[in-house]
Formats: sequence, C-alpha cells, structure tokens
Amino acid sequence: MKISPRAASWLQVAPMATVFVTMVLVPLCIIFAVSFLDYDFARVFPEIYLASWSDALGSRLTLDLYLTVGRFLIITWVITAFVGFWLAYFLVFHVRSSAIRLTLLAAAAIPFWTPGPIRMVSWVPLLGREGLVNKALMSLGVIDTPLTWLLYSDFAVVLAYINLLTLAMLGPITHSMAKIPRSLIQAAQDQGASEWQIIREIIVPLAKPGIAIGTIFIVTAVLGDFFIVKIMSGGQTNTPANAIATELAAFQYPPAAAKSVMLLVIVVALVALLLRFVDIRKELRD
Amino acid sequence: MADHIKTAKPKAAASGALNRRSVLKSGAAAVAASAFPAPMLWAQNIKDIKIVHVGQSYSTIPNIAEKANEDLDFTVEMQTAPDLTSQINRLLTQPKSIDVTDVSNTSMKYFTNRGILMPLNVKDYKWWDKTVPLFTKGTYENGEPYSMQGFAPIKAQYYTDETASAYSLEPTEWLVGVPLYYNADTLGIRPDLIGRPIESWAELLNSEFSGKVALQDGVNVGVPDAAMALEAMGDMTYVDKGNMTRAEIDATIDKLIEYKRAGHFRSFWTNFDQSVQLMASGEVLLQSMWSPAVTEVRTRGVECTYNGMKEGYRGWYIMMMAVSHLEGLQRECAIEYMNWFNSGWAGAFISRQGFYNSVPENVKGEMTENEYGYWYEGKKSTSDILNPFGKVMEKAGVIRDGGGLWDRMGNIGIWNTLMDEDRYLVRRWQDFLAA
Repeated sequence: MKISPRAASWLQVAPMATVFVTMVLVPLCIIFAVSFLDYDFARVFPEIYLASWSDALGSRLTLDLYLTVGRFLIITWVITAFVGFWLAYFLVFHVRSSAIRLTLLAAAAIPFWTPGPIRMVSWVPLLGREGLVNKALMSLGVIDTPLTWLLYSDFAVVLAYINLLTLAMLGPITHSMAKIPRSLIQAAQDQGASEWQIIREIIVPLAKPGIAIGTIFIVTAVLGDFFIVKIMSGGQTNTPANAIATELAAFQYPPAAAKSVMLLVIVVALVALLLRFVDIRKELRD
Repeated sequence: MADHIKTAKPKAAASGALNRRSVLKSGAAAVAASAFPAPMLWAQNIKDIKIVHVGQSYSTIPNIAEKANEDLDFTVEMQTAPDLTSQINRLLTQPKSIDVTDVSNTSMKYFTNRGILMPLNVKDYKWWDKTVPLFTKGTYENGEPYSMQGFAPIKAQYYTDETASAYSLEPTEWLVGVPLYYNADTLGIRPDLIGRPIESWAELLNSEFSGKVALQDGVNVGVPDAAMALEAMGDMTYVDKGNMTRAEIDATIDKLIEYKRAGHFRSFWTNFDQSVQLMASGEVLLQSMWSPAVTEVRTRGVECTYNGMKEGYRGWYIMMMAVSHLEGLQRECAIEYMNWFNSGWAGAFISRQGFYNSVPENVKGEMTENEYGYWYEGKKSTSDILNPFGKVMEKAGVIRDGGGLWDRMGNIGIWNTLMDEDRYLVRRWQDFLAA
C-alpha cells in the first residue's frame, strides 16, 4: 500500500497533535472560559462575571505583582548571564582537558543534588539571624548586630534563583561556544586580534543563540516560580504565580484562571520575542 | 439537583444499620470494637470490604491504620493528601474514590448542599452522649455558651434534616460528622529571649518585637490571629472578628499593611516544619503555633512556652465524615470505622501529640494515669511523658502549658474561620502579601 507524502506527514504529526490538542489546547480553552464566570466557595456558576478580568488587567495589585517579578527577572538575568558567560568562556577556551571541563560542568549542577525542599530549608542555618554568615561576620567584627536582610527578603529570593539558574544559562552558552571553530579564533589571533577583540567580535556574536536559549530558561523559570519566592521571602513577597497559587488554595478558580491566562500570554510573548534572536531548528540540527 | 437527591439515603440501609446497632448494644458493648459479635452473613462478606480513608498526615497515621485493621473485620486503607487543597479538590471532583475523610469544620462551606458528604444519624454514632458539649450542645463543660466568633463547632455540627441542605444550631438527629480532634491554639513564646511574661494577643503587634514575629500565612488562621491582636491593642473593634464585614476587612488589612511595610513580620509560615524552624532557629520570638509544634521546638532543647492569653485561645476542630456514595454493607463499615476511631485507642494516640479527642472518657482507658493527667487534667506529670512514637516529650514534674482540657478549651476567644466575605478577604490578603 502506498501512502501519499501528504498523508504520511499528517500521520506523523497525529500523535503529537492529539496530545497537544487534548492535553494543552482544550484545557486552556476551559481555563479561559472559566475566567469569565462567577464563583463562590469552590463553586463556579455559569453566569458571566467580568470582575476577574477587570481586576487582573486594571488593578494596582497586578502592577505590583509584575513589577516585583520583573525586578527579580532582570537582576537574575543580568547576573546569571554575566556569570554564565564567563564560566562558559573559561570552560571552553581555557580549560584544555575535556575531562576536567566535564567535571567542572558537572560541579555546576551540585545545587541539584539535593531535593528542592531540603535545599530551601538549609538556607536558614546559613543566612538566618543566627546563621553561619552572620556568625562569621560578627566574629570578624564587621557587624555588631545580625543582618536580617540576608533571609526572608528580595536578596534571598534572587540569591536562590542565581544559585539554581546559573546552570540554565551556563549550559546553552557552553554549547554555543563549543561549536565555534578553533580555526576562526586562530585566524583572528594570526591577524593580531587581542583576546578582548576576539571575545567581542567573534565569541559574543556566535554565543548569542546560547544566551537567548538560556534567557528563555530564566524567563520561564522565574515567571513560573512560586515555591522559591514563597520560601525565600518567608511568604512576604507576592508574584503573579504566587497570587494564582493563593487563589487556587482558596478554591477561587475564575480569578486564578484570568491571572493564569494573562501570565501565559506574557510568557509566550517574551519567548516569541527571544526566539527572534535564535533559530531553534538550526541549533538542534547542528 | 441529582447530587442533592443522592444525600437522601435509602431507608432500608438506615434501618438496617439501626438493627445491627441495637444488636451490638445488647451485646454488652463497652469493649473494643473488634469484640462485637456480628451476624454470620455479615461476617462472611465483610472481609471483602475496603474503606478508603483520605486525610492529611495528622490523621492518616500508619500506626492507626495498622490498629484499625487489627481491630476491625474489614480492611481500612489510609491515603494521605499532601495538603488541604488537594484533599478538598479530590472530595469535590472524585468523591467516589473516597469512603471516609476528615476535614476541619471551616471547610464545610465548600460542601454545603453539594451532596458529597453523608449526614450521619445520631443513632448510628455510639459515642454522642459521651462527646464533650463543645460539639453536642455548643457550650463549655459548665454549660456556658462559648464564643461564636469564627467558625464555632456548633455552626456546622447538625443538619436541619436528612437532606443535609442546611445547618442547625439546635441539636437534631442528623450529624454533619464525627468530631475527631480539637485544640486551643495560642502564641508560642521564646521566654529565654523575651524575658517577661506574654499575656495578651496585643504583643503580636507590639513594636518591641518588630522583625521578630511571624504570622500564619492564610486567611483562616493568620487573619483571626491578627484580628485578636488588633482588637486587644484597641486599634480595632469588630462585631464578629471571625466573620468580618467588608469595611472591617479593609481596616484590618490596611493596618496589617502598615505593620508589614514597617518590617514588623519576620516571616509567614504555611506548615508545621516552617513554624518549628522559625522558632527553634531564633528567627522569631513570638508567633501563633500548634501545640505539637511547640513540643517539637522543646524536644530540640529550645525553651518555648504556650500559655493562654487573657483574650482567650483560638479554637479549631476537625471532624470525620463518610462520603454519600456509600451503600449497604460498605456504608455500615464506614460508620463502624468512624465509631472505632473514637473508641479510645486512636484518640489516645493523637492525644499524645497534644490534640484533644472528643470522647475523653474513651481515651482515659487507653492512657496511663500519668498521661491522662498531664494531657487532659492539668496535673503534674509523675514520670516521663512520651509521644506516640516513644520519644520523651516532657520529664516528670511538668504541668501542661495552660492547664487541663477545660482551662484551655474553656476559654476560646475566636475559632478558626472561613468568612462569608472570603472572596473579598482573599483579594485584600493578596494586597497585603504584595505590600
């Protein structure tokens, strides 16, 4: 039996398309529909109620939530991109033995060796009022009273993000850099380019896809996170994802649905924007 | 509507239970549940019955499941929901996967008129006459009515009738559920770091402890606690701080935002472990806590007291109920299991964690005199007090903070709550968290 190429392509996409439609699109449509309904005590009534949307789109709360998460995102991105770039540069161009390179790359994954909840709990003995950092600073005479902003603060949230997400930046950048032909660098050196010129003219442009992919990881991780921010801020910081979690815990589905749709649109828009800087297909092919 | 009708149980099943119950009673039934003589036919089928009890880690304890399976002729399978949200969601969306559950009475508004939970005829529950009057009559032991601020137990203890469509403040023959646990919560205190007595909820917002207090992260506990403090300070007056009006919610949240911006709160806690860690690590000197969490702090060698405040304790209550899809023998076994749960052994087990059981008389027989004296009667311990797993909780010569059952449960200032204006409160709580 002969199948036309057209039919064959349809058959090939069918399994994934089925999963995507039934597990993603249909639930999304339901969530979108629910966001327009009235609700009370874990019930959703089939009556149109637009306040979930007017609140999501026009309240001071929404502005505060996105300003907070936007601040976390920018700080985290700047630091992880900076650290990730230079670590990758060091690993790819200065570490000669590939065994050592792999070992060092694996070492960057150490934060993931322990489960999330335990990792979060263990910040307290480190950063707490009577934690190691405060004790060390006090015994060195740097401070007289313990620093309280080390924990349950924006600082603590960003620190945890950097701790976890630097790897998400390091990986893709290392991958991009590793693909840069050595002959290109050598040619530049032969022409008398300084190391800094090589970095600026060759490595940064060619590492851009890695930076873009790393950025996608950071954007989705920070915007979607509610656990780290909850633990590290001591529940005292509210982000869009936390607001959704609070509403779900109160069984208030329509406002949670409106906020979720809104967050989804923003994340998708950011990712779409970032994808303009990188050809994912090309990255996967090479 | 179809759901609604389901709550009305076939009469045959109800009267069947009655007959068996009276047979059991005549069999001199004061012994353990396992000793009950059962009719032959019943005994043969019962082995195949499995009762699925879905609760949270504080109720679905493996030791209790083991003992239940030892005592009862049918199988009990306990399943632990990771948190209240998933438990309630499962009850609301897949009630048929559950036979028996236990939730706090403040969750009852999610189930009102949905036909999910089974009303229990008082005749099917053996221990109602011996149950403390907090639940049966809505009073303290001395007959005085208790505070109705918040979700007082009597507000969702009786249904007006078998249709389970409305709650009754007056006793009826239809119970919403079987009372399991209850307790009187108050502020946990680090006396070594504070150095003076703490006797009022107002201290929670005292600037002296700025940056060193924590609040429970939620509108059902954290808000009533904060309201107790605001009222005690004279900053707020409420008609019913357990069920605020929108204006009262606004005023309360606005005040709390001021405190939060001034850095008054060190952290908010959402679970047992966090509250223990905050207190034991010295991050926090003063916070609302659960009794077992205070004990846990103490077993780590850190001083922590838990005395009552002059405005009273914050009370709470968890009850057990069967799910309404149950029929015939399965239903009878579920009822049997609920009766077993309060027959003493399980009650004694949870009492050793610092909670109270609703039938103290049954618990008394399962505890040593020393244990019962310490946990329930406010007596000085005569030897080591062990937790259910054999760990030493207190040495000899210690009196429980706050005293005996009625010293603590007899002085409730507010109950955990789910306010009528929950939707508005959660929205304003978001503002507070974002501030």
